[in-house]
Amino acid sequence: MLKGKVALVTGASRGIGEAIAKKFASLGADVAVIYAGSQEKAEAVVKSCEADFGVKAKAYKCDVSDFEATKELVSQVKEDFGTVHILVNNAGITKDGLIAMMKEDSFDAVIDTNLKGAFNMIRHLTGIFMRNREGCIINISSVAGIMGNAGQVNYSASKAGLIGLTKSVAKELAPRGVRCNAIAPGFIATDMTEAQADSPLLKMIPLGKMGETEDIAEAAAYLATAKYVTGETLRVDGGIAM
Amino acid sequence: MYFDAIAKIVSERTGCEVADVKPESTFSELGIDSLDTVELLMNLEDEIGIEIELDQKVETIDDLNKFIQSKQG
Repeated sequence: MLKGKVALVTGASRGIGEAIAKKFASLGADVAVIYAGSQEKAEAVVKSCEADFGVKAKAYKCDVSDFEATKELVSQVKEDFGTVHILVNNAGITKDGLIAMMKEDSFDAVIDTNLKGAFNMIRHLTGIFMRNREGCIINISSVAGIMGNAGQVNYSASKAGLIGLTKSVAKELAPRGVRCNAIAPGFIATDMTEAQADSPLLKMIPLGKMGETEDIAEAAAYLATAKYVTGETLRVDGGIAM
Repeated sequence: MYFDAIAKIVSERTGCEVADVKPESTFSELGIDSLDTVELLMNLEDEIGIEIELDQKVETIDDLNKFIQSKQG
């Protein structure tokens, strides 16, 4: 289904990004695995993509909040893979705290990685997508960006920002055959949500349980192939943000 | 210096005569929107073998010509 396509996934060494990278590999795509933390985990994802699905994969360390570093990254990936067809902006961090106590750098760091990181990647890949007259951008937002979440003003602002960015990019690049969509996951069982395992919000999920990374990967696979869908934010949240 | 190459690409793109493309012609007069100018520059890159990042808005053919020259140093 994605054979012959090249996908670049940020934050792909674990959690949702890892699941998306493997899902795309399972559908035949070559995958650039971008990570910021553990090289070991990123290499494990690369190995799995290669060994389990027979596609080309390579890991790249990059801080997506760094404009110049992402520019370098894109040219390196282009050199190694020839081009890029699918971009998944998944890299994200949290630095939770009540606004009354939040430090400035906690706000900035979350916006820089989650929102500006997506801008950086799209900025440097747009030329490739426009030349190809084809491109698919998937931004991993969050239900926190739709309904807000106490203790996460920085995170929810960054995720709401991604939804606006998604719609504007979709409108700008639609005439060039480039689609841009977002996924808004709810509570998905990952390292990031481990601390929220007893959150009272969990009881408010209509489908009654946390989601799995595979649920988000399936949504990403749908958006990667949904030729007539752009500017959409797909909730995959067990119904919590209805 | 790059005027002829720009005029050629504009004419291919819009179907107008090369002779109708003047330095003072604006892209909007020629029916080229701002995203088109980004693409135009990509075509130019291929045509004249340069690599340039368009990081400002250009209004006229001459603006683009001067912009490329400035980037070429």
